[in-house]
Amino acid sequence: MSTTKFETVIGLEVHVELHTNSKIFCGCSTEFGAPPNSHTCPICLGYPGVLPVLNKKAVEFAMKAAMALNCEIATESKFDRKNYFYPDSPKAYQISQFDKPIGENGWIDIEIDGHTKRIGITRLHLEEDAGKLTHVDGGYASLVDFNRVGTPLVEIVSEPDLRSPEEARLYLEKLKAIIQYCDVSDVKMEQGSLRCDANISIRPFGQKEFGTRAELKNMNSFSGVKKGLEYEEWRQADVIYSGEEVVQETRRWDESKGKTFSMRGKEESHDYRYFPDPDLVQLYIDDEWKERVRASIPELPDSRKKRYTEQFDLPSYDAEVITTSKHLADFFEESLQYTKDAKSVSNWMMGDLLGYLNANNLELSDVKVTGKGLGEMIDLIEKGTISSKIAKQVFKEMIESGKAPQTIVEEKGLVQISDEGAIKTIVEQIIEKNPQSVSDYKSGKQKAIGFLVGQVMKETKGKANPGLVNKLIKKCID
Amino acid sequence: MSLFHNRLKDIHNQLVNKQLKVSELVNESYDRIQQVDSKVKAFLTLDEENARTSAAKLDELLEHSSERGLLYGLPAGIKDNIVTEGLRTTCASQFLSNFDPIYDATVMKKLKAAQSITIGKINMDEFAMGGSNENSSFHPTHNPWNTEYVPGGSSGGSAAAVAADEVYFALGSDTGGSIRQPAAYCGVVGLKPTYGLVSRFGLVAFASSLDQIGPITKNVEDNAYVLQTIAGYDVMDSTSANVDIPDYLSALTGDVKGLKIGVPKEYLGEGIDPNVKNSILEALKVLEGLGAEWEEVSLPHTEYAVATYYLLASSEASSNLARFDGVRYGVRTENPDNLLDVYLKSRSEGFGQEVKRRIMLGTYSLSSGYYDAYYLKAQKVRTLIKQDFDKVFEKYDVVIGPTAPTTAFKMGSQINDPLTMYLNDICTIPVSLAGIPAISVPCGFVEGLPVGMQIIGKAFDESAVLRVAHAYEQSTEFHQKRPQV
Amino acid sequence: MSISIKDVEHVAKLARLDLNEKEKNQFTKQLNAILQYAEKLNELDTDNIQPTTHVLELTNVMREDETRESLPLKKVFLNAPEEEDGQIRVPAVLE
Repeated sequence: MSTTKFETVIGLEVHVELHTNSKIFCGCSTEFGAPPNSHTCPICLGYPGVLPVLNKKAVEFAMKAAMALNCEIATESKFDRKNYFYPDSPKAYQISQFDKPIGENGWIDIEIDGHTKRIGITRLHLEEDAGKLTHVDGGYASLVDFNRVGTPLVEIVSEPDLRSPEEARLYLEKLKAIIQYCDVSDVKMEQGSLRCDANISIRPFGQKEFGTRAELKNMNSFSGVKKGLEYEEWRQADVIYSGEEVVQETRRWDESKGKTFSMRGKEESHDYRYFPDPDLVQLYIDDEWKERVRASIPELPDSRKKRYTEQFDLPSYDAEVITTSKHLADFFEESLQYTKDAKSVSNWMMGDLLGYLNANNLELSDVKVTGKGLGEMIDLIEKGTISSKIAKQVFKEMIESGKAPQTIVEEKGLVQISDEGAIKTIVEQIIEKNPQSVSDYKSGKQKAIGFLVGQVMKETKGKANPGLVNKLIKKCID
Repeated sequence: MSLFHNRLKDIHNQLVNKQLKVSELVNESYDRIQQVDSKVKAFLTLDEENARTSAAKLDELLEHSSERGLLYGLPAGIKDNIVTEGLRTTCASQFLSNFDPIYDATVMKKLKAAQSITIGKINMDEFAMGGSNENSSFHPTHNPWNTEYVPGGSSGGSAAAVAADEVYFALGSDTGGSIRQPAAYCGVVGLKPTYGLVSRFGLVAFASSLDQIGPITKNVEDNAYVLQTIAGYDVMDSTSANVDIPDYLSALTGDVKGLKIGVPKEYLGEGIDPNVKNSILEALKVLEGLGAEWEEVSLPHTEYAVATYYLLASSEASSNLARFDGVRYGVRTENPDNLLDVYLKSRSEGFGQEVKRRIMLGTYSLSSGYYDAYYLKAQKVRTLIKQDFDKVFEKYDVVIGPTAPTTAFKMGSQINDPLTMYLNDICTIPVSLAGIPAISVPCGFVEGLPVGMQIIGKAFDESAVLRVAHAYEQSTEFHQKRPQV
Repeated sequence: MSISIKDVEHVAKLARLDLNEKEKNQFTKQLNAILQYAEKLNELDTDNIQPTTHVLELTNVMREDETRESLPLKKVFLNAPEEEDGQIRVPAVLE
């Protein structure tokens, strides 16, 4: 089924948990993974008589994120109650923000097909997270864990500016990077600290009005977002081709089945009856407060990327990859305090480091290797202490043990043999053992020398300085 | 004569001089409850064992310590919408008939620090919704002056318990008149403080922007003592005011010379019982005799106050009472088919008619398409009502009028007519909407039932309200009359 | 504006109240009376009037980001209608 006649329109609603120490309206810890209900108190359990008191850090984190997303920051903001019944919502209302969010009218840039595209951000508001339901007894009952209730959350709503699932994925990646740079959230999709819902519709190219949209939920990974949206744009096109109409509804992405399913039945007439929460007072964010928070925002990915291409002459692609995560970018910059070769650092990071992390499903913070270590290792290569080949082995060890490259080299005796005398002896042995190769070389087969070099390297367990080996072989034969 | 007819100061002197023991005060309470509560029905839960233990401890302390809390040894009754850790708190609702709080309200911590003794939890209109105590899920409380009459509400149990000498003082809560009106009906002194003066933490919310806890006592001086104990900023309540708390007792000078009193014509006009009106005019004469001056003033938006109040309070209540869903606490319906069933049945079985009616009204006013017409409109009219008072207080020190348009009414006479019942609050509601303090003090009797005078002050000027109330009380004897139960 | 039984049913559903026929009829009548009374407010021109949410004009009441001790589980479940494995148990959401 072709979807080429249609243009896809996507807007994302992203929820990001802020990593404050305590919850947004009470002093319970926000720690992830604690035993069920061990981080609860009368306030987050919605007991009769309790009152919320706002966590200042949560407000500042939300401001910080909103600023980093280029939002205008409200001077007057407030909290409203969103009323709905669900077992994970103890008060039967969620404290959220309705008409005066912390931030509005922001944007971020994404790179698509070599172009920069600006995606609008409608609003960013602060609210409290809900609890967690686990279904038991074959779905006849649910168990409720209230630990997550009251974790501060920002909801970031994009404009319907995204035109493909890939754009949606890139937007989400960029959003994640920016939030992570701000250090206001762990932004881990697998732990639920970053969650994404999407509104998606299709329309014939050239049509101005939006098509009927579906709200897509339960996309729990970056690839899930892309796959879910791809399925959904195909499904909607299929519906239209069959002469039917797309229904406005909420649909659930089922990763294992690779399909979206209607959540009708759970749908009811939503009427959240928002009204200002009388238990909380108005927020007045003056310029001084705004500037204080603004000053705490570090250099963001776009700016770093630009700097890396200009200052270090890094290819745009390398700069893009390295700046997707603040950890990576910081690692990169730390390395450069120990070596001048930025491209080499980038190559090691994009090749061996990310390769290792991806293969083992790890994050940079999960391993012990430091930017300093990589910089020093590259320095060892430059000085000729180790070969690039040996370095691969050293670097793997560095990732796994966190040891300094010098230490590994010494412990394992990996220092490159650059002693002409020692190498010459081995070269002579190899030449003697391989007369055929020698004559091939002499008859003009340049490739034969590679074989001989390889033999020497093998004999020295890779420790011989390859340049020197090459030179000595030629010298011996000639 | 009941021990509780003594002033707080005298009781403290007797305790210090070993003429009296705290245990005797506590005995007095429980003996009296034993004797009259089958007729008054003010109590829902007694905390006898703990109270007696605390009394023994305080008696012990008296032996070797001279440090005494402001309310040392005084038996207190607590309205059942103030949460008390470990002591059943039902809000007079079936829904919470099995509920044991897991924390103490801030006012309870303050009472404990002041060393008063909690005798038990007191009846009220369910979730503080009502003006007669007939909306209690368990049983109505009766007016000690005439048990065929209502004690008022929603703090009717608190006012009745104090009037009937079952406790020395009580805490009530006031949203639209719920302390003042029952105090008037029962002939006791009830104060609603400025919104934000007393912490709401631990007060089961009815209408968050209006609710305040306040003292109900037999005289103004005792009222000042209790207020002194419970007033003050609380970090647990974002709407609590961070203001200096004055010494309320030092305000009780008896001097009202030159005081300017505004008397709103709207509070003495149509719908006000002529006998009640006369009592108020007589009381004003007394104050005149003490050197105060009064003039008629106007609070032009008074007629809009009741509608404004019912829209706002019900809207907030519809949201505040949503947490009673049968999931974490309270009575869950038996054998529910599914989750929706838990919600629908637990709530329908747990809530009484008045509570349901207000939840319905509030849900409707907040619902899509009606918000602007009802809720927002009411919030704007609230501004106008508040401005009425601001204007009057530019020229006058206090505003005085009746607390309620009539004296207590007969039980059952208004139960099927919510709108008439709501109009009983016409004099107290505007004050609640403006968030300012007001006290009700006894100022006469009509056919054996007490009349209350309401003295209204500027925001955080409880001192003026208490001073005027005290000066008046010193010149009259209404507060010394006791009902025969 | 006047409220129909249908409106009452819709509002009851939003409020999670299960009303019987008698209650539906009674509430329809009573809510109409109260709302009719509330029509009074429309006599007032409030176009340029700010709504009052709080009588006290407080702003920025906040706490520092400090953790406090949570409840022991025994207290969490003291009032629980149904507990299982340290969690509150509820019948499944009707789907």
